Formats: sequence, C-alpha cells, structure tokens
Amino acid sequence: MLEIRDLHVSVEDKEILKGVNLVIPKGEIHAIMGRNGSGKSTLSYVMAGKSGYEITKGEIILDGVNILDMEPNERASAGLFLAFQYPIEIPGVATMTFLKAAMNAQRKARGEEELSTPDFMREVKQAAKMLEIDNKMLKRALNVGFSGGEKKRAEILQMALLKPKMCVFDETDSGLDIDALRIVSQGVNALRDANRSMLVITHYQRLLNYIIPDVVHVFSNGKIVKSGDKSLALELEEKGYAQYDESAA
Amino acid sequence: MPAVKETIDQVKEIDLEKYKYGFETDIKSDKAPKGLSEDIVRFISAKKDEPEWMLEWRLDAYKRWLTMDEPDWAKLDYPKIDFNDIYFYSAPKSTPGPKSLDEVDPDLLETYKKLGIPLSEQAVLAGVEGAKIAVDAVFDSVSVVTTFREELAKSGIIFCSISEAIKEHPDLIKKYLGSVVPVTDNYYSTLNCAVFTDGSFVYIPKGVRCPMELSTYFRINEKNTGQFERTLIIAEEDTYVSYLEGCTAPMRDENQLHAAVVELVALENAEIKYSTVQNWYPGNKEGVGGIYNFVTKRGDCRGDNSKISWTQVETGSAITWKYPSCILRGDGSRGEFYSIAISNGYQQIDSGTKMIHLGKNTSSKVIAKGIAAGFSDNTYRGLISAHKKAKNARNFTQCDSLLIGDKCGAHTIPYIEAKNSSVIFEHEATTSKISDEQMFYCQQRGLNEEEAVALIVNGFVRDVLQHLPMEFMVETQKLINISLEGSVG
Ligand SMILES: Nc1ncnc2c1ncn2[C@@H]1O[C@H](COP(=O)(O)OP(=O)(O)OP(=O)(O)O)[C@@H](O)[C@H]1O
Ligand SMILES: [Mg+2]
Repeated sequence: MLEIRDLHVSVEDKEILKGVNLVIPKGEIHAIMGRNGSGKSTLSYVMAGKSGYEITKGEIILDGVNILDMEPNERASAGLFLAFQYPIEIPGVATMTFLKAAMNAQRKARGEEELSTPDFMREVKQAAKMLEIDNKMLKRALNVGFSGGEKKRAEILQMALLKPKMCVFDETDSGLDIDALRIVSQGVNALRDANRSMLVITHYQRLLNYIIPDVVHVFSNGKIVKSGDKSLALELEEKGYAQYDESAA
Repeated sequence: MPAVKETIDQVKEIDLEKYKYGFETDIKSDKAPKGLSEDIVRFISAKKDEPEWMLEWRLDAYKRWLTMDEPDWAKLDYPKIDFNDIYFYSAPKSTPGPKSLDEVDPDLLETYKKLGIPLSEQAVLAGVEGAKIAVDAVFDSVSVVTTFREELAKSGIIFCSISEAIKEHPDLIKKYLGSVVPVTDNYYSTLNCAVFTDGSFVYIPKGVRCPMELSTYFRINEKNTGQFERTLIIAEEDTYVSYLEGCTAPMRDENQLHAAVVELVALENAEIKYSTVQNWYPGNKEGVGGIYNFVTKRGDCRGDNSKISWTQVETGSAITWKYPSCILRGDGSRGEFYSIAISNGYQQIDSGTKMIHLGKNTSSKVIAKGIAAGFSDNTYRGLISAHKKAKNARNFTQCDSLLIGDKCGAHTIPYIEAKNSSVIFEHEATTSKISDEQMFYCQQRGLNEEEAVALIVNGFVRDVLQHLPMEFMVETQKLINISLEGSVG
C-alpha cells in the first residue's frame, strides 16, 4: 500500500507540488490526469527518489516505511517501479545485459541468490513474448535507436521481470499506435495482482478503456483537486480542465 | 544518512587502497647496489652470464643514454626521477634463473596462485574448458618459470625468457633485438637497452599457427626496484600468434619505475595479436606511491600482408606513458590498436598509438576509449602518418572519452601527416559524461551508484572489449569495476 501525505516539493525555490495526498491500497489501480505542467512527472520522480527536488514537507510511505530517506535503488529494491515518460538510452549495454544486471542487483539487495542464466533466459523469453518484443531488440543497446513505442514496451518488459509492488506509469500510452497500446495494456493487465498497486499517469481517457482504474484523480496546479471513479475520466474528456483551474486556490 | 550512501562513503574511504594485488611476498632477494653506473650494467650482464657482445651492446646503450634528456612533451606531471635511488637488479634468492616447475620456490608459486596465474601445467590441463595458456612468469628482474615449453617445442616454437634466448639463440637475438626499436629511440628505451633484466622471447617458425595463448606475467615485488623488461616476438612467414601480458605490483609509498621495451616482427602473411592488461599499483587515494610506467612498444609489419594488432587495458600505474605502434612496411599490411585506458584517483595517463604507413595499400584502425574519474588526467595522443610511397593508405581512428565527475580531465591530441594524396584518413572523437539521467534510470532499476557506473562504462568500452581473448574478457570486466570503485559521490 502506498500513502502520500501532504507532500510539498520545490525546485529552485519554486513550489511545484503543493500538498499532495494520495492513498493507493494493495491491488488497486489509480489514474492521474491533469494539464501539462501541473506536476505529474514531478510527483513520479519524487516518488522514485530523483535528486534535484527539495521536499519541504510531507511523507511517502510504502508498506509502512517512509521511503523519502532511501536512495533510488533502495526504493527500487523495496518494490517501486517507474515507467519513464522518456526512457533513457544506455549505449553499448545490451537490453538483455541490463535486464540481468537490474534483476540481480535487486535480488542482491534483498539478500537473495543471483538468478541462474537458464532461469533468467526463460523468464525473459516469456515476458518478451507477451509484449511481442523480438530477440533482436533484446540484443540491441537499451533504448538506443528504439522507436517511441519500442521504448515503452521495453519499460513494461523491465517491470514484468522486476515484479514490483508499486508501479508508476508516466504517460506510457503517449507515442503508442493502436496495436502497441493494446499490447502494452495487456502487459500491464497481466501484472494486475492483489498484492500490487499501480498509478497510471495519462492525458487520454482511451488508455483507461484498456487499463480500468479503480479511482481517477484530477491533478491541477500541484495537487489532487478531485477524485472519483472511472466515469470522472469521461467527464474530463468532455469538459476539460477549466472547471478545476484555481478552484482550489 | 541512507545506508547505501554510507556504504559508498566507506568504499571511497578505502578507495584505491583496496588494490587487490597489494600483498608483498617475503622472499630473500639478491640485489645489485642502488643506483646506475657502468659497473651496474656490467653487474647485470655478469649475473646473467651473458656473452661479451651483449655486454658491449648494453654498455654502448648506457653511454648514449648519458647524453640524452628526459622527454617532457607528454601531458604528465611528476618529480624528476632519481636514477641513483633505484635498484636496477633484484632476483629472488632461491631462483636465479628459470627452472622446471618442481624447483621453483613454493612461496613464489603461492604468489602467482594468489594472483590467479596458473603456473602448474597440471592445473591448466585440468581446467574445464581445456583452454591452454603457456605462461612466462617474471618476478622483479628475472623470469622464474616458463610453462608448456616442451609442448610448444614440438611445433618448433621457442618460448622462453629473453636471458635464455640470448644464450641459446644468439643469432636470432643479434638479428632482431633493437631492429624495431633502435637503441637510441627514446630516453627510456635506451635506458632499457642498458639495464634490461628479463622478459619473454617468442619465435614462431614458418607456417606454424601457435596452438595456445602465450602469456607473460610481470610482478614487481622488491622495494625501490626498477623493472626493465624486454620482450621480443618474431613471427616468420605464414604464422599466427596471440600473446597476453599482465602486470601487478604490491602497494608501496614510493614510486617504482617500470620501463619496458617490446618489439614485434611480423614477416609475410604473419599475424601477431598482442594483448595487455596493465594493473600496476596506481598509488593511494592521495596520489602517493604507484608505478611510473614508461613503455616503448612497437611492431614492425615487415612482410607483405602481415598484421599486428595491439589491444590494451590500462587501469593501473600512477603514470602511464605508452604508445604501442605499428610500422606498416610491407605492402597490404595492417595495424590495429584497441585501447581502454581508465584513470581514477590521481593517476595520469598519456597514451595512444602511432601508425606509420610506409607500404602500398596499408591500412590501420584505432579505437581508443579513455575513462577519467577522480582527479585523474587522461590523454590520448596518436600519430597517423603516410609516406610518399604509401599509396592508398587508409586509417580510421575513433577516440571516445568518458568523464566521471568534474575534477578529472580528458584530452585528445591527434597528429596526422599524409605525404601523398591517395590516402584516406578518418578521425572521429567524442567526449561525454555519464549523465545524471542515466544514473537515475539505472538506480531506478535497482543498481547502486557503483554498479550503475560500472555498467555504463562497460557499455562504453564494448567495441574494444570484444577484441580481447575470451579468457581476458571476464577478468577485464571485473577489473574495470574494481578500478572505478570510489569514483562516484
Ligand atoms: N528541474 C526543474 N527545474 C525547473 N522547473 C521544473 C523542473 N522540473 C519540473 N519543473 C517545472 O515544474 C512544473 C511541473 O512539471 P512536470 O514535468 O511535473 O509536469 P507534468 O504534469 O508531468 O506535465 P506533462 O503533462 O507535460 O508531462 C513545470 O512547470 C516544469 O517546468
Ligand atoms: Mg510529465
């Protein structure tokens, strides 16, 4: 379970998150929608522990532990996964090599044994098949020269292998064609689990037809201004964000 | 403070002191008096029981050296070396020369075992993959043992210490020693001619493909000892040989001098592949101690269609001054240089290559990857030249530098000379930093800072890594990780 309590975050003395409160119980999927620049990516980065943000107030609690004091890799090993809006290129490092390094690093951090190569290969093949990722891509350097859609698929592949407890998707649907959207959504749905929570950041109601959220939150000017069930997404699509502008100010 | 940060700080604390090979072996040694003089040159020659002509050669080099000045063009900064404060000869007392394995001092064997060098032929033969490596082990100034000699001799290959070759194969030595690197080539190589103590000798007779990797392992053990090794490899027509060189030294507060000369001769259709993993002690984290590594390595593609390929992984030494080069004399000959040079702490590296195109249709390829971390300085210096007669000479050079942190430096200094208009020389260079975004991305997937740096660096050097013999690749990846410990934060 994830709990964010009264989170305030500034960058260079400019307050970007202005008191975020959010609870995602185990097994639930929540969606966040909101204007460009309202602070959604910032929230996901702060959850994952990226440096450069000043947390002036608040807590982020994952399964009873305040993770704000933890390094990004410790949070990852504790089960937090962020699918990036813009995945990063790692030249010269084959996707396969990266996957193995990440899985073993997390296992090591949790005091588990390293995966044997056959076990690793089996898991990768299985996950890659589900996401319709071919072998050639696994041999290429991670994200280098990948198309937008391939990058997003590679993110979900990593998530499928790392089996996190808390998944955050930052605009995973943007840049995907219709088929890719279906494949990625299937991948995400396959990971739906009673012990796993998910937070889906998106601009489009369309994604939520595939990944059906339990709760939809509207994000405006650095905080959640309204929450509701999935029909809220439809309403937003119809009426836009204007009704929420400054409504909380 | 988060636990991981703390661990990283602890690692930083030990930093370079974690040098894995920093143990010393307590063995009585037989040393020449400190300092350099004509008498010392005579002493070394006498210790090795050398023929008169060899002594003359050394004395001549010594006289010439006295008239020379230390070069100062490299981007290196170090106090003047006091050549009178160095022991120029040190041999483990129990082992004055190469012997069969059963006679080697068990302490010495133990040392090599700790270093992971298989000196027992049985142990190697019992190895799972059956990959055989013949080893010549050089301890301070002498070769202590050479393995697999008999098996190699069956195909006519000579693999022994240079001291032995001087006595056993004087014709080959007279013909080839100093024929690639002339006696007065440079300050350090001339010094080496006068005082070289040991090294390896390889001769591949016509038409033979060497059936196993040959390798030499150098270790400096004694305090204040210079190591001046001399290696000579001769590949006759239609031959192939792959040779590996590894180096370590214990941790010492003072700087130790290492000035080697390596000469390669490739005749028609011969191919020599020379790989080095250099991990001399780099000094501690304040920059105290470490090896001064002034090396002259040169290969002569003397025959048509011959090929010489240098692959080097440079992670050690306080100072590295080294330019493995190829003289492309034969028509259609090829030269290659693949390099990974990693500097951390206060290490300084000025390294690169020279490709001298003399023959027609000669080609060369240079891929150099420099990684600088800590307070280190890492310079690539390369010369590509084509003679008037070198019609259609071709070169491709790619130099990439990666900076870790903002207190280190990377520099690329290419020199290009083309004396005819048919040459095509291409040069590409990049300098990059590991970005915060890359670090965060890797960490988000569970890698800690050190693991993330190591992974990114391994990706950066991949094009070069794949030119190393299989046996060296895994070791090298580990070495890269160790060398970069404490480079972040
Ligand atoms: N490092 C930074 N330095 C300065 N300003 C920043 C920084 N990071 C974010 N911001 C600002 O914070 C605000 C929120 O940015 P954020 O990327 O979180 O928005 P978003 O909701 O994800 O937008 P989009 O829908 O376009 O992805 C923006 O005004 C952005 O310019
Ligand atoms: Mg965003």
